[in-house]
Amino acid sequence: MNRILAKRQLAPEVTLLEVEAPRIQRRWKPGMFIIIRPLANSERIPLTIVDSSAERQSITMVIQAIGKTTKEAVALEPGDALCDLVGPLGEAATMTTDQKVVCMAGGVGVAELLPVAKAFHEAGNHVTALCGARSDSYRILDEELKASVDELQWATDDGTFGFHGNVVQLLKSLAGPGTFSEGHVIGPIPMMKAAAEATRDWGLKLHASLNPVMIDGTGMCGGCRVTVGSEVKFACVDGPEFDAHLVDFDELTRRNRAYREMEQESLRHVCRVGLDVR
Amino acid sequence: MAVQPLQYKPNPKAPRQILPVLNAEVRAVTSQEVALGFTPEQVRVEAQRCLQCAKPTCIDACPIHIDIKRFIARLAEGEYQAAHDVISEQSPFPGVCGRVCQHELFCEDVCIVAKKWEPVAIGSLERFAADHARLRMQELAHSYPKPTGKKVALVGSGPASLIAAYDLVRNNYRVTVFEALHKLGGVLAYGIPNFRLPREILHEEIARLQNMGVEFEVDFIVGKTATLEELFEEGFEAVFIGTGAGLPYMMGIPGENLVGVYTANEFLTRINLMEAFRFPDAPTPVRVGAHTIIVGGGNSAMDAARWAKRMGSDVTVLYRRGRAELKARLEEIEHAEEEGVRFEFLAAPVALFGDENGYVKEVECIRMELGEPDESGRRSPVPIAGSEHRIPVDTVVAAIGQAPNPTLQKATPQLITKRGKIVVDTKGETSMPHVFAGGDVVRGGSTVILAMKDGRLAAQAIHEVLSGVAAEVEVAQ
Ligand SMILES: Cc1cc2nc3c(=O)[nH]c(=O)nc-3n(C[C@H](O)[C@H](O)[C@H](O)COP(=O)(O)OP(=O)(O)OC[C@H]3O[C@@H](n4cnc5c(N)ncnc54)[C@H](O)[C@@H]3O)c2cc1C
Ligand SMILES: Cc1cc2nc3c(=O)[nH]c(=O)nc-3n(C[C@H](O)[C@H](O)[C@H](O)COP(=O)(O)OP(=O)(O)OC[C@H]3O[C@@H](n4cnc5c(N)ncnc54)[C@H](O)[C@@H]3O)c2cc1C
Ligand code: SF4
Ligand code: SF4
Ligand code: FES
Repeated sequence: MNRILAKRQLAPEVTLLEVEAPRIQRRWKPGMFIIIRPLANSERIPLTIVDSSAERQSITMVIQAIGKTTKEAVALEPGDALCDLVGPLGEAATMTTDQKVVCMAGGVGVAELLPVAKAFHEAGNHVTALCGARSDSYRILDEELKASVDELQWATDDGTFGFHGNVVQLLKSLAGPGTFSEGHVIGPIPMMKAAAEATRDWGLKLHASLNPVMIDGTGMCGGCRVTVGSEVKFACVDGPEFDAHLVDFDELTRRNRAYREMEQESLRHVCRVGLDVR
Repeated sequence: MAVQPLQYKPNPKAPRQILPVLNAEVRAVTSQEVALGFTPEQVRVEAQRCLQCAKPTCIDACPIHIDIKRFIARLAEGEYQAAHDVISEQSPFPGVCGRVCQHELFCEDVCIVAKKWEPVAIGSLERFAADHARLRMQELAHSYPKPTGKKVALVGSGPASLIAAYDLVRNNYRVTVFEALHKLGGVLAYGIPNFRLPREILHEEIARLQNMGVEFEVDFIVGKTATLEELFEEGFEAVFIGTGAGLPYMMGIPGENLVGVYTANEFLTRINLMEAFRFPDAPTPVRVGAHTIIVGGGNSAMDAARWAKRMGSDVTVLYRRGRAELKARLEEIEHAEEEGVRFEFLAAPVALFGDENGYVKEVECIRMELGEPDESGRRSPVPIAGSEHRIPVDTVVAAIGQAPNPTLQKATPQLITKRGKIVVDTKGETSMPHVFAGGDVVRGGSTVILAMKDGRLAAQAIHEVLSGVAAEVEVAQ
């Protein structure tokens, strides 16, 4: 169970894992996620389902190694198994047909965007994907995206590829009110917030896929709560996608920082133990 | 069966034995179990307090009808193993129930001895029998035959499903329990702290089920990983839904999304399931500051309060009614008090305030007075205007109750529910044929032993349906 079938380094610190998951493979839809525990003593962390294969009975995830648990995950090799894997979780991304759709993502969000952009395209929309990376060498899944959308443009922070700047600046440079009728954004919170601000008066329905801290992912703890409009929602069951123009991104930022010092302590703690274990 | 003459003379006048507990100061700094269990001498005295009534009211009052009279007689004779066997006829969970059952509401409430003296300490005797049988359970591990009958799926691994598994596997059904989380036990695993229910006890009693042939699949959410319909397609002939009441109510006051504000479920899940009390040896953290406020008066509130105390915080429980209305087990309230948890009755939070980084730092409270009785018959709290006051705080835990977990219901719209609770008939059957439900998902937040009562009832009904017992009756008419 949960065996890793393939592993591929996509960019520095970004790794693709293909994992055996016959049931999840059958039932997932774009926008849904899973929760994993790489090892028996790991935290539970959510990851987006990026792709699947019926033939190989597998799903694919793309992981940015930023802290203790993501590092544990990408240290596993083909043949190893994830200790726990549960899903598919959350609701599917909102779909439309015959619309002009913009899909925006930054960083590892580009991988998370892929299945949604592909689904919009397959549902008969005209899809423009705007993707951001720190630098040329950090661009991921370029070919897969190109094959799945009508138009793909990159923005890099240092200008080494495509537009010089971030995704929202790129968006503003090529679109305005009325250009798109539907949009999806996924990535770092400041980027999602900026995208929401930029498009507030564009008549664009923008869906943001949020990434609050989660534990169970089944609606049981309320740790993933976010404020959308005047309502409190549990992102793991009501989301992870919400109306970007109604999300309280500042609150999300604060809540995601809640454990920052502890996460760093946890990472250091591993390093010490790791020395004699490995 | 010939009635064996008693080997001893009952002595109900002897004082009810007091369960030895760990010293309160030690408790405040460890996660060790608080109640230590009777000594053999205490067991002898306590068991002999039982009158061995001709009409034992206690047995009727126990929702799963443990033969209390008979197991107590065995304990009085020093036949501890035999006592455990008697309990096992009805219950897979003597170690669990002996610790967490609200016996003051059930068996002990009606014990005849209580007419003149204090009731027999049935719960603690049950616990003793269980603790004595632990070694023997391991010996028995491989002596069970493999079940070969029809397949039954049980959803959720709380006490309701697990007693159903016990009853069904003993009737030769092939039983699979599907659990959403990565650990088994439901609230017993993620909600109840190990200082009340050591995890070895829970694991061993679940291992017995495993040894009897019950299959367990963790990380499996029915309604997500597979639907109910798919389970039937895969050959399960009946399903029991014991998914519990896991959806926490929010307080609905300003500031409840500040950092440091938890639902009891999140707080307890972090600590019990993810073992945050061992952080950083365990990787999941929890924020427990110098001052903690717990809102609520049930078992969750006591558990959260006592954990916060153990993690070094100064703890106050805010409850909008009075001490007499607290809904937690009496023993836990007393233990919390001994451990230095403070209680502020007739008070409720109205708003939370944070600092510039969004961390909670003050709670505004209002005082209450008791007004007219409400639907529950309890006098309902009424806010006293102008009594608002602020208290400094670093951690707030809202323990104000839970609603049924909605995931399965959402994926199964044909299942009839009422305010989120699954509706069942007197046999525990839902609006879908061969789909049964019980425990907290039917009752709303309830107790372990009532969840077990429901699981037993449903197992009986499932057996009737699948073995054709019910059908035969129809033919005979
Ligand atoms: C629905 C959803 C989908 C996601 N999809 C992906 C994905 O496809 N690829 C990917 O690389 N990342 C994804 N993430 C983010 C990923 O879960 C976090 O990067 C990961 O949990 C970090 O854990 P860590 O122990 O490595 O780092 P830590 O050092 O513990 O944390 C680093 C930061 O990650 C966030 N984080 C920490 N713990 C959790 C948690 N239990 N749940 C959520 N966030 C947490 C916090 O903001 C924290 O500051 C997703 C998050 C959500 C909610
Ligand atoms: C903190 C706390 C302390 C308590 N203390 C006591 C006490 O001391 N004494 C007492 O008698 N009662 C106590 N209670 C109440 C008691 O625990 C519950 O009444 C009892 O556990 C209910 O049992 P259950 O089998 O209905 O469900 P639960 O124990 O709630 O178990 C349900 C299980 O189903 C799983 N699940 C949910 N949805 C799905 C799905 N779709 N697919 C698969 N699995 C799913 C959940 O993850 C969970 O593990 C306490 C409750 C809490 C929260
Ligand atoms: S299970 Fe509960 S009610 Fe039944 S005998 Fe044990 S303590 Fe009493
Ligand atoms: S009611 Fe009390 S005294 Fe009578 S059999 Fe039960 S435990 Fe013993
Ligand atoms: S992660 Fe616990 S409710 Fe969403």
